[in-house]
Amino acid sequence: MILPPTEMAELLVTESDAGTHAVLGTATPLRLECGVDLANFQLAYQTYGELNTEKSNAILVCHALSGDQYIAGTHPLTGKLGWWELVVGPGKLLDTEKYFMICTNILGGCMGTVGPKEINPNTNKIWGLDFPVITIRDMVNAQAMLLDHLEIEKLFCAIGGSMGGMQVLEWAATYPERLCTAVPIATAAHHSAQNIAFDEVGRQAIMADPDWYGGNYQEEGTNPHRGLAIARMVAHITYLSELSLQRKFGRRLQDRTAITFGFDADFQVESYLRHQGSTFVDRFDANSYLYITRAMDYFDLAERHDGVLAEAFRDIETRFCVISFSSDWLYPTVESRHIVHALNSVAANVSFAEIESDNGHDAFLLKEPGFWRVLAGFMDGAAEHFGLTNLTPSK
Amino acid sequence: MRVIRLDLQLIADMVEPGSRVLDVGCGDGSLLDYLLHEKNVDGRGIELSMDGVNACVSQGLSVIQGDADTDLFDYPDHAFDYVILSQTLQATMAPREVLENLLRIGKRAIVSFPNFGYWRVRASLTMLGRMPRTKSLPHEWYNTPNIHFCTIRDFVRLCGNLGISIEKNLALKHTGSDMFTGPGFCFANLMGEHAMFLLKRNTS
Repeated sequence: MILPPTEMAELLVTESDAGTHAVLGTATPLRLECGVDLANFQLAYQTYGELNTEKSNAILVCHALSGDQYIAGTHPLTGKLGWWELVVGPGKLLDTEKYFMICTNILGGCMGTVGPKEINPNTNKIWGLDFPVITIRDMVNAQAMLLDHLEIEKLFCAIGGSMGGMQVLEWAATYPERLCTAVPIATAAHHSAQNIAFDEVGRQAIMADPDWYGGNYQEEGTNPHRGLAIARMVAHITYLSELSLQRKFGRRLQDRTAITFGFDADFQVESYLRHQGSTFVDRFDANSYLYITRAMDYFDLAERHDGVLAEAFRDIETRFCVISFSSDWLYPTVESRHIVHALNSVAANVSFAEIESDNGHDAFLLKEPGFWRVLAGFMDGAAEHFGLTNLTPSK
Repeated sequence: MRVIRLDLQLIADMVEPGSRVLDVGCGDGSLLDYLLHEKNVDGRGIELSMDGVNACVSQGLSVIQGDADTDLFDYPDHAFDYVILSQTLQATMAPREVLENLLRIGKRAIVSFPNFGYWRVRASLTMLGRMPRTKSLPHEWYNTPNIHFCTIRDFVRLCGNLGISIEKNLALKHTGSDMFTGPGFCFANLMGEHAMFLLKRNTS
Protein backbone atom coordinates (compact mmCIF):
# COMPACT_ATOMS: atom_id res chain seq x y z
CA MET A 1 0.00 0.00 0.00
CA ILE A 2 1.33 3.43 -0.91
CA LEU A 3 0.02 6.15 1.33
CA PRO A 4 -0.71 9.60 -0.04
CA PRO A 5 2.39 11.71 0.54
CA THR A 6 1.01 14.09 3.13
CA GLU A 7 -0.51 11.31 5.17
CA MET A 8 2.74 9.39 4.99
CA ALA A 9 4.75 12.33 6.26
CA GLU A 10 2.42 12.69 9.22
CA LEU A 11 2.64 9.00 9.94
CA LEU A 12 6.44 9.11 9.88
CA VAL A 13 6.54 11.99 12.34
CA THR A 14 4.01 10.46 14.70
CA GLU A 15 5.71 7.08 14.74
CA SER A 16 9.21 8.41 15.19
CA ASP A 17 8.06 10.53 18.10
CA ALA A 18 6.99 7.34 19.79
CA GLY A 19 10.62 6.13 19.82
CA THR A 20 13.47 7.38 21.96
CA HIS A 21 15.32 10.52 21.01
CA ALA A 22 17.81 13.00 22.39
CA VAL A 23 18.17 16.68 21.57
CA LEU A 24 21.87 17.28 21.05
CA GLY A 25 24.08 20.24 20.26
CA THR A 26 22.36 22.50 22.80
CA ALA A 27 25.51 23.70 24.57
CA THR A 28 27.93 23.29 21.66
CA PRO A 29 26.59 22.73 18.16
CA LEU A 30 27.80 19.92 15.94
CA ARG A 31 30.27 21.39 13.43
CA LEU A 32 29.62 19.50 10.21
CA GLU A 33 32.44 18.77 7.77
CA CYS A 34 30.84 21.12 5.25
CA GLY A 35 31.33 23.94 7.77
CA VAL A 36 27.72 24.34 8.93
CA ASP A 37 26.90 24.25 12.65
CA LEU A 38 23.98 22.04 13.62
CA ALA A 39 22.46 23.08 16.97
CA ASN A 40 19.54 21.67 18.97
CA PHE A 41 19.09 18.72 16.68
CA GLN A 42 17.15 15.56 17.36
CA LEU A 43 18.81 12.14 17.23
CA ALA A 44 16.44 9.19 17.40
CA TYR A 45 17.77 5.96 18.86
CA GLN A 46 16.73 2.65 20.37
CA THR A 47 18.44 0.67 23.10
CA TYR A 48 18.26 -3.02 23.87
CA GLY A 49 19.40 -4.73 27.07
CA GLU A 50 20.77 -2.90 30.07
CA LEU A 51 23.95 -0.99 30.76
CA ASN A 52 26.00 -2.65 33.52
CA THR A 53 27.31 -0.71 36.52
CA GLU A 54 30.81 -0.40 35.02
CA LYS A 55 29.25 0.86 31.77
CA SER A 56 31.52 -1.55 29.98
CA ASN A 57 29.01 -3.59 27.98
CA ALA A 58 27.74 -1.01 25.47
CA ILE A 59 27.64 -1.95 21.80
CA LEU A 60 26.87 0.62 19.13
CA VAL A 61 25.16 -0.92 16.13
CA CYS A 62 25.49 1.23 13.01
CA HIS A 63 22.80 0.78 10.41
CA ALA A 64 23.14 0.71 6.63
CA LEU A 65 21.64 3.02 4.00
CA SER A 66 18.09 1.72 4.16
CA GLY A 67 18.17 0.55 7.78
CA ASP A 68 17.14 2.40 10.90
CA GLN A 69 17.38 2.24 14.69
CA TYR A 70 14.91 -0.62 15.05
CA ILE A 71 17.31 -3.56 14.99
CA ALA A 72 15.17 -6.09 16.85
CA GLY A 73 11.54 -6.57 17.81
CA THR A 74 8.62 -5.27 15.80
CA HIS A 75 9.19 -2.13 13.77
CA PRO A 76 6.56 0.47 14.79
CA LEU A 77 6.09 1.74 11.24
CA THR A 78 6.37 -1.33 9.04
CA GLY A 79 5.14 -3.93 11.51
CA LYS A 80 7.99 -6.16 10.35
CA LEU A 81 10.80 -7.50 12.51
CA GLY A 82 13.93 -5.37 13.01
CA TRP A 83 16.67 -5.66 10.39
CA TRP A 84 19.03 -7.61 12.67
CA GLU A 85 16.41 -9.61 14.52
CA LEU A 86 18.32 -12.81 13.64
CA VAL A 87 21.40 -11.63 15.51
CA VAL A 88 20.20 -9.32 18.29
CA GLY A 89 18.05 -10.42 21.22
CA PRO A 90 18.00 -12.38 24.46
CA GLY A 91 20.21 -15.46 24.13
CA LYS A 92 21.14 -14.55 20.56
CA LEU A 93 24.60 -13.86 19.16
CA LEU A 94 24.52 -10.23 20.29
CA ASP A 95 22.85 -11.18 23.54
CA THR A 96 20.77 -8.39 25.04
CA GLU A 97 21.06 -10.18 28.38
CA LYS A 98 24.82 -9.55 28.26
CA TYR A 99 25.20 -6.40 26.22
CA PHE A 100 23.61 -2.97 26.13
CA MET A 101 22.93 -2.27 22.48
CA ILE A 102 22.43 1.20 21.07
CA CYS A 103 21.39 2.00 17.52
CA THR A 104 20.84 5.56 16.33
CA ASN A 105 18.96 6.65 13.26
CA ILE A 106 21.81 8.28 11.35
CA LEU A 107 22.12 11.99 10.77
CA GLY A 108 20.17 12.81 7.61
CA GLY A 109 17.95 9.77 8.15
CA CYS A 110 14.17 9.80 8.09
CA MET A 111 13.14 7.85 11.16
CA GLY A 112 13.14 10.65 13.71
CA THR A 113 16.68 12.02 13.48
CA VAL A 114 17.22 15.44 11.95
CA GLY A 115 17.20 15.19 8.18
CA PRO A 116 15.86 16.91 5.07
CA LYS A 117 12.24 16.07 5.83
CA GLU A 118 12.32 17.71 9.28
CA ILE A 119 11.61 21.35 10.13
CA ASN A 120 14.50 23.80 9.93
CA PRO A 121 14.21 25.69 13.24
CA ASN A 122 15.77 28.79 11.68
CA THR A 123 13.08 29.17 9.03
CA ASN A 124 10.27 27.01 10.46
CA LYS A 125 10.07 25.42 7.03
CA ILE A 126 10.97 21.92 5.92
CA TRP A 127 14.71 21.62 5.36
CA GLY A 128 14.50 19.98 1.94
CA LEU A 129 17.68 20.67 -0.01
CA ASP A 130 18.62 23.43 2.45
CA PHE A 131 19.69 20.63 4.76
CA PRO A 132 23.50 20.66 4.84
CA VAL A 133 25.32 17.85 3.05
CA ILE A 134 26.43 15.44 5.75
CA THR A 135 29.24 12.90 5.86
CA ILE A 136 29.92 9.60 7.55
CA ARG A 137 32.14 11.47 9.97
CA ASP A 138 29.26 13.82 10.85
CA MET A 139 27.06 10.80 11.57
CA VAL A 140 29.74 9.39 13.86
CA ASN A 141 30.28 12.72 15.62
CA ALA A 142 26.55 12.89 16.31
CA GLN A 143 26.65 9.35 17.72
CA ALA A 144 29.58 10.34 19.94
CA MET A 145 27.49 13.26 21.24
CA LEU A 146 24.72 10.80 22.08
CA LEU A 147 27.19 8.65 24.03
CA ASP A 148 28.25 11.75 25.98
CA HIS A 149 24.57 12.41 26.63
CA LEU A 150 24.14 8.81 27.85
CA GLU A 151 27.38 9.20 29.86
CA ILE A 152 29.04 6.23 28.18
CA GLU A 153 32.77 6.85 28.00
CA LYS A 154 33.84 3.79 26.06
CA LEU A 155 32.07 1.30 23.81
CA PHE A 156 32.79 -2.37 24.12
CA CYS A 157 32.12 -2.59 20.40
CA ALA A 158 31.03 -0.66 17.34
CA ILE A 159 29.57 -2.98 14.74
CA GLY A 160 27.80 -2.59 11.43
CA GLY A 161 27.54 -3.78 7.86
CA SER A 162 27.78 -1.84 4.59
CA MET A 163 27.44 1.88 5.41
CA GLY A 164 27.26 0.77 9.05
CA GLY A 165 30.74 -0.65 8.55
CA MET A 166 31.92 2.72 7.22
CA GLN A 167 30.69 4.32 10.44
CA VAL A 168 32.58 1.66 12.41
CA LEU A 169 35.80 2.46 10.52
CA GLU A 170 35.22 6.17 11.06
CA TRP A 171 34.65 5.51 14.76
CA ALA A 172 37.97 3.68 14.95
CA ALA A 173 39.78 6.45 13.12
CA THR A 174 38.17 9.35 15.00
CA TYR A 175 37.56 7.96 18.49
CA PRO A 176 39.98 5.02 18.91
CA GLU A 177 40.19 5.63 22.67
CA ARG A 178 36.43 5.14 22.99
CA LEU A 179 36.39 1.74 21.28
CA CYS A 180 37.48 -1.67 22.65
CA THR A 181 36.55 -3.50 19.47
CA ALA A 182 35.43 -2.65 15.96
CA VAL A 183 33.58 -4.98 13.60
CA PRO A 184 33.26 -3.57 10.08
CA ILE A 185 31.27 -6.03 7.96
CA ALA A 186 30.87 -6.15 4.16
CA THR A 187 32.23 -2.65 3.78
CA ALA A 188 35.03 -0.50 2.38
CA ALA A 189 37.25 2.37 3.50
CA HIS A 190 36.13 4.40 0.51
CA HIS A 191 33.49 4.36 -2.20
CA SER A 192 34.77 3.05 -5.51
CA ALA A 193 33.86 4.54 -8.88
CA GLN A 194 31.36 1.72 -9.32
CA ASN A 195 29.78 2.44 -5.92
CA ILE A 196 29.44 6.11 -6.78
CA ALA A 197 28.07 5.24 -10.21
CA PHE A 198 25.25 3.11 -8.80
CA ASP A 199 24.40 5.78 -6.23
CA GLU A 200 24.28 8.39 -8.98
CA VAL A 201 21.77 6.31 -10.95
CA GLY A 202 19.58 6.20 -7.86
CA ARG A 203 19.83 9.93 -7.26
CA GLN A 204 19.13 10.75 -10.89
CA ALA A 205 16.03 8.53 -10.81
CA ILE A 206 14.71 10.50 -7.82
CA MET A 207 15.55 13.89 -9.26
CA ALA A 208 14.06 12.98 -12.65
CA ASP A 209 10.70 12.29 -11.02
CA PRO A 210 8.48 15.34 -11.72
CA ASP A 211 7.02 14.90 -8.24
CA TRP A 212 10.43 15.65 -6.73
CA TYR A 213 9.96 19.41 -7.33
CA GLY A 214 13.59 20.30 -6.75
CA GLY A 215 13.38 18.62 -3.36
CA ASN A 216 10.28 20.58 -2.24
CA TYR A 217 7.80 17.73 -2.68
CA GLN A 218 6.54 17.90 0.89
CA GLU A 219 5.48 21.51 0.44
CA GLU A 220 4.02 20.67 -2.96
CA GLY A 221 2.06 17.83 -1.40
CA THR A 222 3.64 15.19 -3.61
CA ASN A 223 6.14 12.37 -3.19
CA PRO A 224 8.66 11.25 -5.83
CA HIS A 225 7.78 7.65 -5.07
CA ARG A 226 8.43 6.44 -8.61
CA GLY A 227 11.96 7.83 -8.64
CA LEU A 228 12.70 6.51 -5.17
CA ALA A 229 11.31 3.10 -6.09
CA ILE A 230 13.61 2.92 -9.13
CA ALA A 231 16.56 3.96 -6.97
CA ARG A 232 15.70 1.15 -4.58
CA MET A 233 15.29 -1.37 -7.41
CA VAL A 234 18.71 -0.59 -8.85
CA ALA A 235 20.35 -0.67 -5.44
CA HIS A 236 18.60 -3.90 -4.51
CA ILE A 237 20.19 -5.68 -7.47
CA THR A 238 23.61 -4.72 -6.14
CA TYR A 239 22.77 -6.28 -2.76
CA LEU A 240 22.22 -9.72 -4.29
CA SER A 241 24.57 -12.02 -6.14
CA GLU A 242 23.93 -13.17 -9.68
CA LEU A 243 23.68 -16.72 -8.36
CA SER A 244 21.13 -15.93 -5.66
CA LEU A 245 19.02 -13.93 -8.11
CA GLN A 246 19.15 -16.78 -10.62
CA ARG A 247 18.31 -19.39 -8.02
CA LYS A 248 15.50 -17.37 -6.52
CA PHE A 249 13.82 -16.37 -9.79
CA GLY A 250 15.54 -17.80 -12.84
CA ARG A 251 13.36 -16.98 -15.84
CA ARG A 252 10.20 -18.00 -14.03
CA LEU A 253 7.03 -16.11 -14.97
CA GLN A 254 4.84 -14.22 -12.52
CA ASP A 255 1.31 -15.67 -12.14
CA ARG A 256 1.10 -16.56 -15.81
CA THR A 257 1.96 -19.45 -18.09
CA ALA A 258 3.29 -17.51 -21.08
CA ILE A 259 4.90 -14.18 -21.85
CA THR A 260 2.38 -11.43 -22.68
CA PHE A 261 4.27 -9.52 -25.37
CA GLY A 262 3.95 -6.38 -23.29
CA PHE A 263 5.70 -4.48 -20.52
CA ASP A 264 3.83 -5.81 -17.56
CA ALA A 265 5.89 -7.70 -14.98
CA ASP A 266 6.01 -11.00 -16.84
CA PHE A 267 8.99 -12.28 -14.90
CA GLN A 268 9.09 -13.01 -11.18
CA VAL A 269 12.25 -11.00 -10.82
CA GLU A 270 10.48 -7.92 -12.20
CA SER A 271 7.59 -8.37 -9.84
CA TYR A 272 9.99 -8.84 -6.94
CA LEU A 273 11.89 -5.65 -7.72
CA ARG A 274 8.68 -3.66 -8.15
CA HIS A 275 7.56 -4.92 -4.75
CA GLN A 276 10.92 -3.97 -3.22
CA GLY A 277 10.59 -0.49 -4.72
CA SER A 278 7.01 0.12 -3.64
CA THR A 279 7.43 -1.07 -0.04
CA PHE A 280 10.55 1.03 0.32
CA VAL A 281 8.81 4.30 -0.52
CA ASP A 282 6.34 3.64 2.30
CA ARG A 283 9.07 4.03 4.86
CA PHE A 284 11.82 6.10 3.29
CA ASP A 285 12.25 9.74 2.35
CA ALA A 286 13.57 10.52 -1.13
CA ASN A 287 15.71 13.48 -0.05
CA SER A 288 17.19 11.39 2.77
CA TYR A 289 18.17 8.88 0.11
CA LEU A 290 20.03 11.63 -1.78
CA TYR A 291 21.85 12.85 1.33
CA ILE A 292 22.82 9.44 2.66
CA THR A 293 24.12 8.11 -0.65
CA ARG A 294 26.11 11.34 -1.00
CA ALA A 295 27.65 10.78 2.43
CA MET A 296 28.71 7.30 1.33
CA ASP A 297 30.19 8.63 -1.93
CA TYR A 298 32.20 11.24 -0.04
CA PHE A 299 33.58 8.61 2.32
CA ASP A 300 37.31 8.09 1.89
CA LEU A 301 39.09 7.39 5.13
CA ALA A 302 42.56 7.61 3.59
CA GLU A 303 41.97 11.01 2.03
CA ARG A 304 42.77 13.06 5.12
CA HIS A 305 45.97 11.05 5.57
CA ASP A 306 47.43 11.81 2.16
CA GLY A 307 45.92 8.65 0.75
CA VAL A 308 47.62 6.35 3.25
CA LEU A 309 44.84 4.42 4.97
CA ALA A 310 47.18 2.96 7.58
CA GLU A 311 47.75 6.45 9.01
CA ALA A 312 44.08 6.56 10.01
CA PHE A 313 44.80 3.71 12.43
CA ARG A 314 48.27 4.53 13.76
CA ASP A 315 48.85 3.44 17.41
CA ILE A 316 45.29 2.13 17.65
CA GLU A 317 44.61 -0.34 20.45
CA THR A 318 41.13 -1.27 19.27
CA ARG A 319 40.69 -4.91 18.27
CA PHE A 320 39.27 -5.38 14.79
CA CYS A 321 37.28 -8.15 13.22
CA VAL A 322 36.89 -7.50 9.50
CA ILE A 323 34.38 -9.71 7.73
CA SER A 324 33.52 -9.99 4.03
CA PHE A 325 31.35 -12.30 1.95
CA SER A 326 32.64 -14.16 -1.09
CA SER A 327 29.75 -13.23 -3.41
CA ASP A 328 29.49 -9.56 -2.35
CA TRP A 329 30.29 -7.54 -5.47
CA LEU A 330 29.18 -4.18 -4.02
CA TYR A 331 31.89 -4.20 -1.34
CA PRO A 332 34.00 -7.14 -2.46
CA THR A 333 36.54 -8.96 -0.29
CA VAL A 334 39.40 -7.01 -1.86
CA GLU A 335 38.08 -3.89 -0.09
CA SER A 336 38.17 -5.65 3.27
CA ARG A 337 41.64 -6.95 2.51
CA HIS A 338 42.70 -3.38 1.81
CA ILE A 339 41.54 -2.41 5.31
CA VAL A 340 43.31 -5.43 6.82
CA HIS A 341 46.59 -4.56 5.08
CA ALA A 342 46.37 -1.02 6.45
CA LEU A 343 45.75 -2.36 9.96
CA ASN A 344 48.63 -4.83 9.60
CA SER A 345 51.02 -2.11 8.59
CA VAL A 346 50.48 -0.38 11.93
CA ALA A 347 50.56 -3.76 13.74
CA ALA A 348 46.95 -3.37 14.88
CA ASN A 349 45.15 -6.34 16.35
CA VAL A 350 42.98 -7.62 13.55
CA SER A 351 41.05 -10.72 12.61
CA PHE A 352 39.80 -11.13 9.08
CA ALA A 353 37.54 -13.76 7.59
CA GLU A 354 35.90 -14.02 4.21
CA ILE A 355 32.69 -15.99 4.61
CA GLU A 356 31.77 -18.34 1.78
CA SER A 357 28.23 -17.35 0.82
CA ASP A 358 25.98 -17.02 -2.22
CA ASN A 359 23.87 -14.31 -0.63
CA GLY A 360 25.84 -11.35 -1.98
CA HIS A 361 26.13 -8.11 -0.05
CA ASP A 362 22.93 -8.75 1.93
CA ALA A 363 24.52 -11.84 3.52
CA PHE A 364 25.19 -9.94 6.74
CA LEU A 365 21.42 -9.54 7.24
CA LEU A 366 20.58 -13.16 6.49
CA LYS A 367 20.98 -16.57 8.07
CA GLU A 368 24.71 -17.20 7.72
CA PRO A 369 25.92 -19.72 10.32
CA GLY A 370 29.55 -19.37 9.17
CA PHE A 371 29.43 -15.60 9.71
CA TRP A 372 27.72 -16.02 13.06
CA ARG A 373 30.35 -18.52 14.26
CA VAL A 374 33.19 -16.14 13.42
CA LEU A 375 31.42 -13.17 14.98
CA ALA A 376 30.51 -15.11 18.14
CA GLY A 377 34.09 -16.32 18.52
CA PHE A 378 35.45 -12.82 18.14
CA MET A 379 32.96 -11.28 20.57
CA ASP A 380 33.54 -13.96 23.22
CA GLY A 381 37.32 -13.71 22.84
CA ALA A 382 37.17 -9.93 23.14
CA ALA A 383 34.82 -10.07 26.13
CA GLU A 384 37.31 -12.35 27.85
CA HIS A 385 40.26 -10.15 26.90
CA PHE A 386 38.66 -6.92 28.06
CA GLY A 387 37.51 -8.51 31.30
CA LEU A 388 33.84 -8.18 30.50
CA THR A 389 32.97 -10.71 33.18
CA ASN A 390 30.37 -8.77 35.12
CA LEU A 391 27.69 -8.96 32.50
CA THR A 392 24.80 -8.81 34.90
CA PRO A 393 22.73 -5.69 34.34
CA SER A 394 22.94 -2.99 36.96
CA LYS A 395 19.27 -3.24 37.89
CA MET B 1 47.46 -27.36 31.02
CA ARG B 2 46.69 -27.60 27.32
CA VAL B 3 48.31 -30.44 25.40
CA ILE B 4 49.63 -29.71 21.91
CA ARG B 5 51.71 -31.58 19.34
CA LEU B 6 55.30 -32.12 20.49
CA ASP B 7 56.88 -29.97 17.78
CA LEU B 8 54.50 -27.12 18.63
CA GLN B 9 55.30 -27.59 22.31
CA LEU B 10 59.00 -27.23 21.50
CA ILE B 11 58.27 -23.98 19.66
CA ALA B 12 56.16 -22.75 22.55
CA ASP B 13 59.05 -23.48 24.92
CA MET B 14 61.21 -21.00 22.98
CA VAL B 15 58.72 -18.15 23.48
CA GLU B 16 59.11 -15.82 26.46
CA PRO B 17 55.87 -15.30 28.40
CA GLY B 18 54.04 -12.03 27.78
CA SER B 19 55.71 -11.38 24.41
CA ARG B 20 54.18 -10.34 21.08
CA VAL B 21 53.91 -13.22 18.65
CA LEU B 22 52.92 -13.58 15.00
CA ASP B 23 52.26 -17.15 13.87
CA VAL B 24 52.54 -17.37 10.09
CA GLY B 25 50.62 -20.37 8.80
CA CYS B 26 48.87 -20.88 12.10
CA GLY B 27 46.55 -23.63 10.84
CA ASP B 28 43.71 -24.32 13.26
CA GLY B 29 45.31 -22.03 15.83
CA SER B 30 46.33 -24.68 18.37
CA LEU B 31 49.79 -23.15 18.96
CA LEU B 32 48.36 -19.61 19.20
CA ASP B 33 45.69 -20.77 21.59
CA TYR B 34 48.32 -22.47 23.74
CA LEU B 35 50.58 -19.40 23.75
CA LEU B 36 47.66 -17.12 24.56
CA HIS B 37 46.49 -19.11 27.56
CA GLU B 38 49.68 -20.70 28.88
CA LYS B 39 52.19 -17.97 28.06
CA ASN B 40 49.96 -14.92 28.13
CA VAL B 41 51.29 -13.65 24.81
CA ASP B 42 49.76 -10.99 22.55
CA GLY B 43 49.29 -13.35 19.63
CA ARG B 44 48.25 -12.91 16.01
CA GLY B 45 48.07 -15.33 13.14
CA ILE B 46 48.08 -15.56 9.37
CA GLU B 47 46.55 -18.59 7.70
CA LEU B 48 46.11 -19.42 4.04
CA SER B 49 43.07 -21.68 4.28
CA MET B 50 39.73 -20.02 4.95
CA ASP B 51 38.62 -23.01 7.01
CA GLY B 52 41.63 -22.53 9.25
CA VAL B 53 40.99 -18.80 9.59
CA ASN B 54 37.35 -19.28 10.44
CA ALA B 55 38.23 -21.95 13.01
CA CYS B 56 40.76 -19.58 14.61
CA VAL B 57 38.55 -16.49 14.71
CA SER B 58 35.65 -18.61 15.95
CA GLN B 59 37.70 -19.49 19.02
CA GLY B 60 38.58 -15.86 19.66
CA LEU B 61 42.05 -15.76 18.09
CA SER B 62 43.24 -12.73 16.10
CA VAL B 63 43.88 -14.32 12.76
CA ILE B 64 43.67 -13.03 9.20
CA GLN B 65 43.46 -14.85 5.91
CA GLY B 66 46.75 -14.35 4.12
CA ASP B 67 49.86 -15.76 2.56
CA ALA B 68 53.45 -15.82 3.82
CA ASP B 69 54.70 -14.85 0.35
CA THR B 70 52.49 -11.79 -0.12
CA ASP B 71 51.10 -10.62 3.21
CA LEU B 72 54.22 -10.13 5.33
CA PHE B 73 55.32 -6.98 3.53
CA ASP B 74 52.60 -4.88 5.20
CA TYR B 75 53.90 -5.39 8.72
CA PRO B 76 56.21 -2.76 10.17
CA ASP B 77 59.77 -3.54 11.32
CA HIS B 78 60.20 -5.18 14.74
CA ALA B 79 56.42 -5.25 15.35
CA PHE B 80 56.70 -8.60 17.14
CA ASP B 81 59.07 -10.28 19.59
CA TYR B 82 58.69 -13.58 17.76
CA VAL B 83 57.49 -14.50 14.31
CA ILE B 84 56.81 -18.21 13.97
CA LEU B 85 56.87 -20.14 10.72
CA SER B 86 56.06 -23.73 11.51
CA GLN B 87 56.27 -26.36 8.75
CA THR B 88 55.49 -23.77 6.09
CA LEU B 89 58.84 -22.52 4.69
CA GLN B 90 59.05 -25.38 2.19
CA ALA B 91 55.65 -24.45 0.76
CA THR B 92 56.45 -20.79 0.07
CA MET B 93 57.26 -19.35 -3.35
CA ALA B 94 60.26 -17.36 -2.18
CA PRO B 95 61.65 -18.83 1.06
CA ARG B 96 64.58 -16.41 1.22
CA GLU B 97 62.34 -13.32 1.06
CA VAL B 98 59.99 -14.89 3.57
CA LEU B 99 62.87 -15.56 5.94
CA GLU B 100 64.10 -11.99 5.55
CA ASN B 101 60.60 -10.69 6.25
CA LEU B 102 60.29 -12.85 9.36
CA LEU B 103 63.41 -11.25 10.80
CA ARG B 104 62.40 -7.78 9.72
CA ILE B 105 58.99 -8.01 11.41
CA GLY B 106 60.17 -9.97 14.44
CA LYS B 107 63.07 -9.43 16.78
CA ARG B 108 63.38 -13.19 16.64
CA ALA B 109 62.01 -15.87 14.35
CA ILE B 110 61.23 -19.49 15.08
CA VAL B 111 61.33 -21.62 11.95
CA SER B 112 60.66 -25.33 11.63
CA PHE B 113 60.70 -27.44 8.49
CA PRO B 114 61.02 -31.05 7.33
CA ASN B 115 64.68 -31.92 6.78
CA PHE B 116 65.33 -33.17 3.25
CA GLY B 117 68.70 -34.48 4.40
CA TYR B 118 66.98 -37.04 6.67
CA TRP B 119 68.35 -40.52 5.95
CA ARG B 120 64.99 -42.01 4.96
CA VAL B 121 64.58 -39.25 2.37
CA ARG B 122 68.07 -39.89 1.08
CA ALA B 123 67.47 -43.62 1.05
CA SER B 124 64.25 -43.31 -0.89
CA LEU B 125 65.99 -41.30 -3.58
CA THR B 126 69.21 -43.34 -3.77
CA MET B 127 67.95 -46.87 -3.12
CA LEU B 128 64.50 -46.74 -4.74
CA GLY B 129 65.15 -43.93 -7.20
CA ARG B 130 61.81 -42.40 -6.27
CA MET B 131 60.73 -39.07 -4.87
CA PRO B 132 60.65 -39.54 -1.13
CA ARG B 133 57.45 -40.04 0.80
CA THR B 134 57.60 -40.22 4.55
CA LYS B 135 55.12 -39.83 7.38
CA SER B 136 55.78 -36.12 7.47
CA LEU B 137 55.98 -35.80 3.67
CA PRO B 138 53.02 -37.90 2.59
CA HIS B 139 52.32 -36.23 -0.79
CA GLU B 140 53.10 -37.54 -4.24
CA TRP B 141 55.50 -35.43 -6.29
CA TYR B 142 52.68 -34.20 -8.51
CA ASN B 143 50.37 -32.90 -5.79
CA THR B 144 52.73 -31.75 -3.09
CA PRO B 145 52.33 -28.20 -1.78
CA ASN B 146 56.00 -28.40 -0.78
CA ILE B 147 57.96 -26.77 -3.54
CA HIS B 148 61.16 -25.61 -1.84
CA PHE B 149 62.73 -28.38 0.21
CA CYS B 150 66.01 -27.88 1.96
CA THR B 151 68.33 -29.79 4.25
CA ILE B 152 69.41 -28.55 7.65
CA ARG B 153 72.83 -27.80 6.17
CA ASP B 154 71.24 -25.76 3.36
CA PHE B 155 69.23 -23.76 5.85
CA VAL B 156 72.18 -23.03 8.13
CA ARG B 157 74.13 -21.85 5.10
CA LEU B 158 71.31 -19.49 4.00
CA CYS B 159 71.13 -18.02 7.50
CA GLY B 160 74.86 -17.36 7.31
CA ASN B 161 74.50 -15.63 3.96
CA LEU B 162 71.67 -13.44 5.25
CA GLY B 163 73.49 -12.45 8.42
CA ILE B 164 71.09 -14.33 10.63
CA SER B 165 72.44 -15.87 13.79
CA ILE B 166 71.14 -19.14 15.15
CA GLU B 167 70.41 -18.91 18.86
CA LYS B 168 68.95 -22.37 19.26
CA ASN B 169 68.73 -25.37 17.02
CA LEU B 170 67.22 -28.75 17.50
CA ALA B 171 66.24 -31.68 15.38
CA LEU B 172 63.62 -34.30 15.94
CA LYS B 173 63.75 -37.97 15.06
CA HIS B 174 60.77 -39.30 13.21
CA THR B 175 59.28 -40.51 16.51
CA GLY B 176 59.23 -36.88 17.58
CA SER B 177 60.60 -37.86 20.96
CA ASP B 178 64.37 -37.62 20.66
CA MET B 179 66.26 -34.48 19.97
CA PHE B 180 69.66 -33.66 18.68
CA THR B 181 70.86 -30.41 20.04
CA GLY B 182 74.07 -28.80 21.22
CA PRO B 183 77.15 -30.78 20.15
CA GLY B 184 74.97 -33.66 18.92
CA PHE B 185 73.46 -31.39 16.27
CA CYS B 186 76.17 -32.42 13.79
CA PHE B 187 74.23 -35.66 13.30
CA ALA B 188 71.00 -33.79 12.80
CA ASN B 189 71.20 -33.43 9.03
CA LEU B 190 71.24 -37.18 8.66
CA MET B 191 69.20 -38.32 11.64
CA GLY B 192 66.69 -35.50 12.13
CA GLU B 193 63.35 -35.67 10.38
CA HIS B 194 62.42 -32.15 11.42
CA ALA B 195 64.52 -29.12 12.23
CA MET B 196 63.68 -26.19 14.43
CA PHE B 197 65.61 -22.94 14.76
CA LEU B 198 65.45 -19.88 16.96
CA LEU B 199 66.89 -17.10 14.83
CA LYS B 200 68.00 -13.54 15.42
CA ARG B 201 69.22 -10.96 12.96
CA ASN B 202 72.84 -9.92 13.53
CA THR B 203 72.85 -6.31 14.64
CA SER B 204 76.16 -5.56 12.92
